[in-house]
Amino acid sequence: MDHSSSLEKILRSVAITLVLVFFLFPIAWIFLMSLQTNETILRIPPSIAFTPIIDNYTALITGQLRTAAGSLQLNFMQNMFNSVLLSVCSVALSLVLGVPAAYAFARFKFRLGEDIAFTLLSFRFAPALLVLLPLSLYFKTLGLTNTYIGLIWVYQLICLPLILWIVRGYFEDISPDIEYAYRIAGNSWWKTFLKISIPLAKPGIAAAGLLAFIFAWNNFVFALILASADKQPVTVGALAFVTASGIQYGQIAAAIIISITPTLALALYAQRYLVEGLSMGAVKG
Amino acid sequence: MSQLAIKSLTKSYGAFKVFDGLNLEADVGEIVVIFGGSGTGKTILLRLIAGVEEPTAGAIEIGGHDVSDIAPEHRGVGMAFQNFALFPHMNASENIATPLRAAGADESKVKAGVAKVAKLLKIDHVLNHSPRELSNGQKQRTALARALAAEPQILLLDDPLRNVDAKLRFEMRLELPRLLRQSGATVLYVTQDYKEAMALADRIAVLANGTFVQTATPEDIYVRPATLGVARLFGDPSINTFDTVIETEGGTHVVLGGTRVPVADGYRGFGGREVIFGVRPEAVEIGSAGVEAEVIAVTPLNERTVLLLQTLNGWEFLASLPSSAASIPDAGSKVRASFAAVGTHIFDRQSGERLHG
Repeated sequence: MDHSSSLEKILRSVAITLVLVFFLFPIAWIFLMSLQTNETILRIPPSIAFTPIIDNYTALITGQLRTAAGSLQLNFMQNMFNSVLLSVCSVALSLVLGVPAAYAFARFKFRLGEDIAFTLLSFRFAPALLVLLPLSLYFKTLGLTNTYIGLIWVYQLICLPLILWIVRGYFEDISPDIEYAYRIAGNSWWKTFLKISIPLAKPGIAAAGLLAFIFAWNNFVFALILASADKQPVTVGALAFVTASGIQYGQIAAAIIISITPTLALALYAQRYLVEGLSMGAVKG
Repeated sequence: MSQLAIKSLTKSYGAFKVFDGLNLEADVGEIVVIFGGSGTGKTILLRLIAGVEEPTAGAIEIGGHDVSDIAPEHRGVGMAFQNFALFPHMNASENIATPLRAAGADESKVKAGVAKVAKLLKIDHVLNHSPRELSNGQKQRTALARALAAEPQILLLDDPLRNVDAKLRFEMRLELPRLLRQSGATVLYVTQDYKEAMALADRIAVLANGTFVQTATPEDIYVRPATLGVARLFGDPSINTFDTVIETEGGTHVVLGGTRVPVADGYRGFGGREVIFGVRPEAVEIGSAGVEAEVIAVTPLNERTVLLLQTLNGWEFLASLPSSAASIPDAGSKVRASFAAVGTHIFDRQSGERLHG
């Protein structure tokens, strides 16, 4: 018994290690790259012995990219700011719109309710390219091209369905009796929503918000077409590293490290909400 | 004037009618048990009274006022749910405090209110626990405490003992009537356990097929069941039934197992009627006269012993004798069984209604 369980432990550790190496190695390698010059990165055979430099990071932060062909202006920090602004605002707007909508879809049966919910989900099926041409025409007419508001609006195509459908499931898992009990105890519908429904769906809202944030952060094609350089996020801004004098691997690596940091930090922070049990044993199953 | 009145209340979901034209009144401080099998709409009835669901037709009056347009939070009712429905993100004390806080009580009153009801229900030692740390019995008491905390005029209890273990259920059955009386509230108590209903109720309303088939005191329900259905629901083991016909030639009687069994002369008017003859197992007397039967099995159940008997023409029925009876026949022995009038009922075979002899 003891023997088999310790063998099991070893096998489990090996499996976990393999998975971790598979997922973390690319990140570790990119981190190492970000501390090297293009020459040490491209040498054959590759080696992990090198003198670390932080030039790549300073270049990104100061916006001065020195290449063999000369100095180049980079607005990576502007891209970074755009990414943060677009993702945060889109997710915030989606939560404000999506959480009450998810509650409505979960709790109330109304005419065309399922159809509306499905239509919203179907935004996720359609390839972005399908809607881009009409969208860019609309944007021109409405004067939304190259505005934050326009982009945040389009990002709802990404965030809203995710939040709506994930949070809806969590609301459905809350026993209506818990809400009834709070109302009968003397509280209004609105207070019940704020004090019971939202707190109990918090793990779901956190998960959905995080996922939506990652999807929004990673989006490339909307901003590429609908915005120009000063409004574009890091995903599009990274194209600038492909210069006439070659690809700046070191800076790309540093840019990747900087640009994954916010999502990573957010995921680590939200993790405790994600693992929190949902109904926490209040209702007899 | 009654505290709670339900007037021709109807609830349907689409084409499915849960109940149709329910009427019920309850006086101040009265405990009315709503009794019925699962799926009869007992819980829905409580939800309608609490106001979290809307009736299809009919009216609910609390203290003489129609409450159709009054939101659940303003109806002044307390409710305990079958699944407890505790707020998982609040500890027991906060759960119980909810109705007090909603009523705008200040902190010292909230504290005093919680302490009082917690002491009454013997959960004062677990007030800081979150619901998941409570045993089922403690959860049930917390839910009850929450319903009682604001001293509502009307208390709706939805099968509160359903999910607790047998020992606790027994204890609570003894404890609850005192607790409920003390609260002074008008209580509607839902259950599908007839013993619970008998133990708690001032009156029992039996819900079946979308209507109250009988609303009466526990004694009346047991001794004078309105229908065969009601007679079957109350009593364990349940009532024995025989299909037979009332005959009037040479004294009013029915024939069971080839033997004449005389019935009260009042049934003479029903001569020739196809009936169901019902006998409670406790009313079966084993002696020297009556229907011939063979004892098939003997099951001792503490203070009572249940016999399975079979008449010569194959009808099986149960007899429940006090275990202290002088002689309990053995399995395989031949006996004669007679039926005490008080536990004997005759029902119309078509309608199932009890015939009054």
